Amino acid sequence: MVTKKEIKQAVFVALWFMVLTFPIMVIKVNTIKHIVIFRWSHLFWIGIGTFFASLTWNYFLRRKEEKQKAETSDDVPLVHRLLQNDRFRIPFLVVLAIFFLFYPFVFSMYHTSIMISALVYVMLGLGLNIVVGLAGLLDLGYVAFYCVGAYAYALLNLHFGVNFWLALPISAALGFLFGTLLGYPVLRLRGDYLAIVTLGFGEIIRIIMENWDAFSNGPRGISNIPPPSFFGIDLGQHGTVIYIYFIVTGLVLMTIFFVSRLENSRLGRSWIAMRDDDIACQAMGIDKVKTKLTAFALGATWASIGGVVFAAKTSYINPMSFTIMESITILCVVVIGGMGSAIGVIAGALVLILLPEYLRAVAEYRMLVFGALQVIVMVFKPEGLIKSVRKTYEFKKVEE
Amino acid sequence: MRWIKIIIGVTITGILGFLGIREVISDPVYFLELLLGGLTRGSIYALIALGYTMVYGIIQLINFAHGEIYMIGAITALIVASVLGLWGWNSAVIAILAVVFAIFYSCAYGYTVEKIAYKPLRNAPRLSALISAIGMSLFLQNYVMLAQTPEFMPFESLIPDFAFWEPYAHIMTSVELSIIVTTVIVMILLGMLIKFTKIGKAMRATAQDKVMAALLGVNVNRVISTTFVVGSATAAIGGVLIACHVGQINFFIGFLAGLKAFIAAVLGGIGSIPGAVLGSLVLGISESFFTGYFYSEYEDVFAFSILVIILIFRPSGILGKHETQKV
Repeated sequence: MVTKKEIKQAVFVALWFMVLTFPIMVIKVNTIKHIVIFRWSHLFWIGIGTFFASLTWNYFLRRKEEKQKAETSDDVPLVHRLLQNDRFRIPFLVVLAIFFLFYPFVFSMYHTSIMISALVYVMLGLGLNIVVGLAGLLDLGYVAFYCVGAYAYALLNLHFGVNFWLALPISAALGFLFGTLLGYPVLRLRGDYLAIVTLGFGEIIRIIMENWDAFSNGPRGISNIPPPSFFGIDLGQHGTVIYIYFIVTGLVLMTIFFVSRLENSRLGRSWIAMRDDDIACQAMGIDKVKTKLTAFALGATWASIGGVVFAAKTSYINPMSFTIMESITILCVVVIGGMGSAIGVIAGALVLILLPEYLRAVAEYRMLVFGALQVIVMVFKPEGLIKSVRKTYEFKKVEE
Repeated sequence: MRWIKIIIGVTITGILGFLGIREVISDPVYFLELLLGGLTRGSIYALIALGYTMVYGIIQLINFAHGEIYMIGAITALIVASVLGLWGWNSAVIAILAVVFAIFYSCAYGYTVEKIAYKPLRNAPRLSALISAIGMSLFLQNYVMLAQTPEFMPFESLIPDFAFWEPYAHIMTSVELSIIVTTVIVMILLGMLIKFTKIGKAMRATAQDKVMAALLGVNVNRVISTTFVVGSATAAIGGVLIACHVGQINFFIGFLAGLKAFIAAVLGGIGSIPGAVLGSLVLGISESFFTGYFYSEYEDVFAFSILVIILIFRPSGILGKHETQKV
């Protein structure tokens, strides 16, 4: 139902946006050749687009308000209901397992390598989900730990010839250490300060890597990082990609296992409690320092592991891979997928990373869409696409 | 404990002071250049930091998209100036119109951003509003990049070289002089707006207690919108001035400038307007000395380190009041 008032408002909004976007969308200045191009057709499309956008915006806003009044917020998302149903769950998991098992053999090396990067993002997303989703600490410098992991493997290999399998635990430990070190000073800060400070840390690490030539080879980066070894057998180029694919799949499975165990553990529950109200939580006797630090450190550990895999996969790293945009992409995965919901984050990572890879034509709009989605998700569906479901216990009255 | 702190403070100040005086005596012109450069830089930070601190004072939100508003001001000025320049208008008219349009469009964007991304989240958890702000910032950056160009665009200075300033131009250019003078004027106007006008009074009341202000008949939504508009206007002025100073702009200039201004606002005590100005000047001047005397490539690291140190040792900033968290 669209009322007359809303149409009037939508027309007004459309006119306002036509004025608003006029200089940037319509006029294009070429400052070198001194030419000005007027793109009048853009004005028309913006008018039409914002008119309908305004109508949908109002519609959803109204629906959200009605929903809040009805107070039926306990509905479990479809995915969760299906997964709880045994008749559906077992065949679903079997199909999924078969799909991922045969994926690298059915599809070409190119597709496998794209899938590897998507799976790395799944891992990073799940790691960041601990920090942002469960513990409610907005970390905008998450990529710093990714960087630590990648450089740890690259440098250890360069100087000491440490192989992939040894580098994995070392980097994980380093990530844990860095997470604790960086987490400690920022513990006292609340949400928004924390975001800026972590952003600062992320940038500091990248700038140091860029400028400290003697240590990290500066902006030229480090090349010839060896792929993981397979009992000393040379697998060839294609074989190596498949091998890395299976390693990543294994690591992702391990991550999913750990994260889902953590979520319902004593620690996980205290993270969630801390996120919801940290003063009440401290009053209940939960150690704030320990809880927040473990969240930070565990998140960092997974980022580090992801970094090692990334370095092994691309065989070349430089500081440009670890910019703030990378942190924001991972944050988008978590926010859009659903904060605190492991299934949401996995789905979010696969969709947000795979789609732009295959829709090359719109790939340049990727970050624009990510930004818009973040706002839209926060306004209409703050719990994300697939929201998390808290474990509940039901007491059933036994009838005599 | 207190004595140890004082002793450490005095020692550090002494060493820095000694080194500083030695440098000043050995090359006073260089020192003066750095000082004035820092002052210019600080003035620009102050123009942006005001927007952060005013918004934070009223709705306790870090307006991440504020840096983008500043960038849009600079880009609009560039577009208007180029179009009018090609049409062969008088350069004085071009300068005035470019500034007017920059301010108008920055305000319009600031207003719209608030309506879309923050107003529906007024009662949501603070994390939601913050994520929405980050999304908005990302969106605006990419919007300008896709609609215009990802390259740097040369920006012809709108400020002419003043004839009367000729004798001093080797130490400080006319543009730098204009930046400092404009900033001072803007600060005075803003101070008067907040102190003497009705809307300024309403702003102060809303910052103190939103609910009580609403009960006493203040239209809180309008006050918040006005705050965004005023903050955007000062950011636009900063954007145009820095574009004249640096001579080139692209879609990404708002990001780092916004962060630095935020650091300045925190340094001075977020929520406090004199604090934002003081923090900006301190940050600008110390950054200038750091890059001049030490490592220029670690300029951003220095700024972020200041932020971390301030937040650890004095989270309320230089002029901020200490707040206890209430349940």
